[in-house]
Amino acid sequence: MGDWLDANLVGVVNGFAIGFLLFIVAVGLSLVFGMMDVLNLAHGALFLTGAYVGAAVVGGDASWGGFLGALGLAAGLGLAGGVLLSALTEPLRRRSHLDQALLTLGVTLVVAELLVIAYGDDPLSVGAPPGLDGSVPVLGAAYPVYRLALIGVGALLAVAVFVLVERTDMGALIRATVADRDMVAAIGVDNRLVRVRVFAAGSMLAATAGVLGGPIYGARPGLDATILILALVVVVVGGLGSVRGALVGALLIGQVDSLGRSLLPDAAPFVLFGSLALVLVLRPQGLFGGRGVARA
Amino acid sequence: MDGQPAGDAEERSAATDAERRSMAREAEPRPRGQETAQRPVGPEAEGRPVGREAQPRSVARTARHGPLLPAGLAAAVVAGLAAAPLFLAPFATTTLTRILVFALLAVSLDLLVGVSGLPSLGHAAYFGAGAYAAGWISIHTTSAVPLPLLAGAATGALAAAATGWVAVRAHGVYFLMLTLALGELLHQLAQTWDSVTGGANGMAAIPSAELGGEPLRLAGYVYWYVLAAALLGFLTLWLVARSPYGAALRGIRDNEPRMRALGYPTRIYKYAAFVLAGAVAGAAGGLLAAQERLVTPADLGFTTAALALLAVVIGGAGSLWGAALGAALVILVRDVIGPDLDGHGTLLLGVVFIAVVYLLPRGAAGLVRRRGR
Amino acid sequence: MILNCTGLHKHFGALRAVDDVTLTVAAGARHALIGPNGAGKSTLFKLITGLLRPDAGRVELAGRDVTRETEVRRCRLGMSQTLQHASLFPSMTAAENIALAVQRHTGGRIRPVPRRQPHVHDRAAQLLARVGLADRGRVQVAALSHGERKQLELALALACDPRLLLLDEPAAGMSTAERTHLAALITDLPASVTVLFVEHDLDLVFELADTVTALHLGKILTTGTPQHIRASDAVRRAYLGTADREELFR
Repeated sequence: MGDWLDANLVGVVNGFAIGFLLFIVAVGLSLVFGMMDVLNLAHGALFLTGAYVGAAVVGGDASWGGFLGALGLAAGLGLAGGVLLSALTEPLRRRSHLDQALLTLGVTLVVAELLVIAYGDDPLSVGAPPGLDGSVPVLGAAYPVYRLALIGVGALLAVAVFVLVERTDMGALIRATVADRDMVAAIGVDNRLVRVRVFAAGSMLAATAGVLGGPIYGARPGLDATILILALVVVVVGGLGSVRGALVGALLIGQVDSLGRSLLPDAAPFVLFGSLALVLVLRPQGLFGGRGVARA
Repeated sequence: MDGQPAGDAEERSAATDAERRSMAREAEPRPRGQETAQRPVGPEAEGRPVGREAQPRSVARTARHGPLLPAGLAAAVVAGLAAAPLFLAPFATTTLTRILVFALLAVSLDLLVGVSGLPSLGHAAYFGAGAYAAGWISIHTTSAVPLPLLAGAATGALAAAATGWVAVRAHGVYFLMLTLALGELLHQLAQTWDSVTGGANGMAAIPSAELGGEPLRLAGYVYWYVLAAALLGFLTLWLVARSPYGAALRGIRDNEPRMRALGYPTRIYKYAAFVLAGAVAGAAGGLLAAQERLVTPADLGFTTAALALLAVVIGGAGSLWGAALGAALVILVRDVIGPDLDGHGTLLLGVVFIAVVYLLPRGAAGLVRRRGR
Repeated sequence: MILNCTGLHKHFGALRAVDDVTLTVAAGARHALIGPNGAGKSTLFKLITGLLRPDAGRVELAGRDVTRETEVRRCRLGMSQTLQHASLFPSMTAAENIALAVQRHTGGRIRPVPRRQPHVHDRAAQLLARVGLADRGRVQVAALSHGERKQLELALALACDPRLLLLDEPAAGMSTAERTHLAALITDLPASVTVLFVEHDLDLVFELADTVTALHLGKILTTGTPQHIRASDAVRRAYLGTADREELFR
């Protein structure tokens, strides 16, 4: 065990970094779905927008000013995007899931193509801010400092979201709506404003995650789909609408993805799919979910 | 497609019952509505409005879901398609070939989305899997028609069979999520499995399809090959959609719990539809390999899957022919108008996507249907 | 005994929706389940049809343990049902709805190629006529009245050639004429079809049923002939507290 950990420690730490990043992306997707029953396929496009903001503002040689500026800009764009998406999907509330998916899919295509028009097809890299761009030795292996910092930031955000959703009045309304939408509507609570806020906040998190993930993933066409899929797997594994589920699912999938890539590079997609299938068969409602994905 | 356990007591009595009835019927004048069963099968017979007014429509017909185009029009379209290369420039012929390939993909997706109510966002995966398999066979074994095509269909079916059992367990929006995830995972596999797929660069230099030892080099010959195969694929899907099994799939789309209560093992039915659609998509992929002679991971990516779904939705889900028309529109925008937009046809398609959701909730076939009533 | 339920339990959290119910239905019976709202009738029905699994107990259909069988399998074994709220195929016509049920049960194997199914046609037409919808076959389900949908649903259930027919409030929302027709239809069913039904209209219950079981709070109060039920103090109390028997049964 000790030997295995020595050999794979970098992979495990990487898994935590990716896991926390995934949590930041997935928690919005999960809550938007849980509250509004909207599968927001444009969630990956929000992340991609953030990534390109990072690439454009920060670029290769990063400064703290540029990095924080990019975070702020991405957060603003994410907020605006979330409000816009919430307005776009509102008229489709009584329509099928397919219609909502199609709409957000269309938004994804448009956003991704606009970004290609603006920044071209080639992958762009994003530097880590000064001080975080080096490496530290971790049990003999050089490990990028930025990823350790990302784990810290991710953990802080996770705590913040957790407190917000589990300990505040608004959080209580969010949880109630996730648990039983119809009941909340029936007792006459007007949760429209909360819906827009959750949509906006989730979108903001996704866009800032794009900047935060920049030094790892860079910015390139197709990244939106990659991230969206990982986030969907996280949400399905963790259970829909559950913050705790999103956190555990994200950390789990982060490990599966990272270790899968380092141990079985050719079979990484199979490992990811395998864990998804396993959860669906053993626990169709996800690890922390109430409602089931598959029916027995 | 048989979910009935053999040797069931009810079944035996049902069979004798049916025999008795059919014997009795022979003595009677044929009741109205029997032309249903005797209608010629084939695209020429599509939507022939025989006896529509005179009789209760049987499940096997559900002409409402089938096209309303008269048989003559279908025949004319096939004849026109067959003659097209004689009049068109090679570039136009190539575009038309692409349309046929994409139309086959879209129609196979419509069997899932429109007929069975299974909105798959990962259908391009089976298309790409078939394309890679056909390319691989062509490079390493033979490119003699129809072997690469069959390899594509078999691989599409296998990939769908391997992944579909998880997908069909899920309902509604979860099905969307799972198929999206499955498609993207296969996409990543295509990108990482360098030794077979050529990785991100794709599988290049696929030899031309050969017929009788002669390579099909001219665009016109490739087109005819693709046309013949695609028509076969359309015919297959069309027959399935109009069969009792197709009626059962529509029943599942409408009300799955009720179908289960009526004794239909719905998950097996959905699984079979998923595998069949995967096989046809794989065959379409085989045609893609023969036509482009290059397969890249993008062919099984998110965008391809989204565009196939767009084709189905533009055309109006469930009509099959609508999906083919939608596919033509998508390819025209991407390959003909796209270059005028500096290759950003996808942007236009994204806008079309958004517009369709708001303006045309039932697709083009919905418009025709409304007028047809 | 066509149906034998032994010691059935189904709890939802603290709610004992079905609490140790043992119920036998004789072959050929017209057996009614009555009880005030929340008595557990619908849950019991779902346990019988297989939509829900009991926490404990077993369900036997004609001597065969079907507790673990799916509703698909139970239908194949001769159990057929209508739901309280008509559950149909909205994109299809009435005839197409029935044909879907008929082709499963008398149409032979369900094949993926178009084929002649004249017997399906005939049988569907016959069933439509039987429930009084002979001239409504070409009408879309959406255009049918509520009562007509209930009739169509009954035709769907009959199309399965059931040995045991389960009807959940078959007369709910029907007009008087439709109700009379329904009563005649059920009366005319051959003895080979056993009927177990839930109904709120006690007039209809006493007109149709030869055996009545009264449920209250998930438990069986009593089972017996309609006369026995009319005379039962326990049933009266369950329904109306201590109300006048005459008022309840008119």
